Amino acid sequence: MKDSFDRPLTERMHPDPSIVDLQAYELAAGYQAIRKVLRTGMTPMAVTEEVKESNLRGRGGAGFPTGLKWSFVPRGKDVPNPTYLVVNGDEMEPGTFKDRLLMERDPHQLIEGAIVAAYAIEADIAYIFLRGEYTLAAERLARAIAEAYERHYLGKNIFGSGYSLELYLHLSGGRYICGDETGLLDALEGKRANPRSKPPFPPSVGLFGKPTIVNNVETICCVPHIINQGATWFRGLGRTKDGGTKLFGVSGKVKRPGLWELPMGTTVREVLEEHAGGMLDGVKFRGLLPGGASTDFIVEEHLDLPMDFTALDKAGSRMGTGTMIVLDDRTCPVGMTWNLTHFFARESCGFCTPCWSGLGWADRILKAMEQGRGNPGDLDKLEFQTKMWAPGHTFCALAPGAAEPVQSALKYFRGDFERHIREHRCPWS
Amino acid sequence: MLTAEELREIEAEAEHYPKREAVCIDALKIVQRHRGWVSDESVHDIAEHLGMSATDVDSVATFYNLIFRKPVGRHVVMVCDSVSCWIMGYERVRAHLREQLGIEYGQTTSDDRFTMLPIVCLGCCDHAPAMMVDSDLHSDLDPKKIDSALEKYK
Repeated sequence: MKDSFDRPLTERMHPDPSIVDLQAYELAAGYQAIRKVLRTGMTPMAVTEEVKESNLRGRGGAGFPTGLKWSFVPRGKDVPNPTYLVVNGDEMEPGTFKDRLLMERDPHQLIEGAIVAAYAIEADIAYIFLRGEYTLAAERLARAIAEAYERHYLGKNIFGSGYSLELYLHLSGGRYICGDETGLLDALEGKRANPRSKPPFPPSVGLFGKPTIVNNVETICCVPHIINQGATWFRGLGRTKDGGTKLFGVSGKVKRPGLWELPMGTTVREVLEEHAGGMLDGVKFRGLLPGGASTDFIVEEHLDLPMDFTALDKAGSRMGTGTMIVLDDRTCPVGMTWNLTHFFARESCGFCTPCWSGLGWADRILKAMEQGRGNPGDLDKLEFQTKMWAPGHTFCALAPGAAEPVQSALKYFRGDFERHIREHRCPWS
Repeated sequence: MLTAEELREIEAEAEHYPKREAVCIDALKIVQRHRGWVSDESVHDIAEHLGMSATDVDSVATFYNLIFRKPVGRHVVMVCDSVSCWIMGYERVRAHLREQLGIEYGQTTSDDRFTMLPIVCLGCCDHAPAMMVDSDLHSDLDPKKIDSALEKYK
């Protein structure tokens, strides 16, 4: 049975992993949004206003309102040149596999979105920052960019509008920290990806010191559809106040792990039970991280919450990237927490003390606990650490993100941690 | 010395940036694509070509995990050790690879065929556990799939 709601981001894709090529994209009203914008003389501010009206919020995890972000870019003749748009395709949040689909399967949608977004912020140059391991996405994006240049959708004087845009693909050298907005900008400048102190924020001082907007892949992919069908339509796609559709994913021991484009505000339970088919036979649900490694665990009592930025914030977690990681009763919560903390410790850029020092410490405590060498005071130490990693103590969100699964695991699975310490072993191994 | 081909590729990328040092990471990747890894000599050559200090280039080279500052085997096996793969059997995958290849992370087989490294989430969580060999993704891994995947890399 096909549900009767729009899936603007994925409706052109085939069930098999083939690509929506240029011809297929254009047949499905592709590149109409840039025609509408550039041929009818829609002003950059009008495009920005439309996106603001749509309630589009950043799909990279933070949920910042996209149109509002765009409106922070200085405009006019006295603005330092050039202005940059950077598309963040550095998808590395553990458990997240949504932008890969958009880039591999429908690269022209992303390119058109980037052109419209660049026009809205009056950018001269755009980069797609892609993680180095996404080799198929790299190949398909490179070809699609070349095709867009051939069709004069990119380059000088697009559609005779006087607007020009260069779009480049940058392949990263690795490291999770490049996904941070200002870490990414440093990487793009050829430096170590150490996130910057803020303010100033990138819209005023960004890439090479110039005004810069950084947007996630999925966010940019929403833009052409908002222009084609309007802000009201987009808002109406969601079931709650946060507009649009969202790519929701599930991984872990469920019957059908996967990714689905669903209305924003679809409940956690619907995603988990109807789309992912529920838990595998013989295993029970214990909790899940709603949107990647850096989100707080939620448990049974939260399953009827809508997946959107507002509701999960209220429940003490975050929607993050919207791709859930499920913890089952056959998997050790302490082991899972150690895996997550070990990841963040390794991926810290090593700049701020609470991060490089504290994460390594927590990593060692959790390792010892999992291996039967835990001490009664360990839980207090972990709790103290998560407070040290709080926002405001570091330049970026890596350490605050690392705190989320640890603090919530201590809350919901405390008995399991205590049992590891008391019995000097992992009951699951 | 950088080859003419390497220089040509570096210059093509350099056109995308307003500052020459910005192409540093691309340059390291280009050299690595041709030579398999980045030697001290290459670090110096890139630094000289871009007008940077060798220390600056090396600080960049050692930061990024896809840049290899030591020689690697003909093929690099990168095993996803992030959370979804861990839940779905990463430990078994790693144990099987360790047994088949006889090496730990960071080591290379004696015939120079494989180097094994851990890697962050490969964005293949609905088909976990996963690994990459060179630029190819391998998913839904079990011992049999791992063995037949490795067969392809001589």
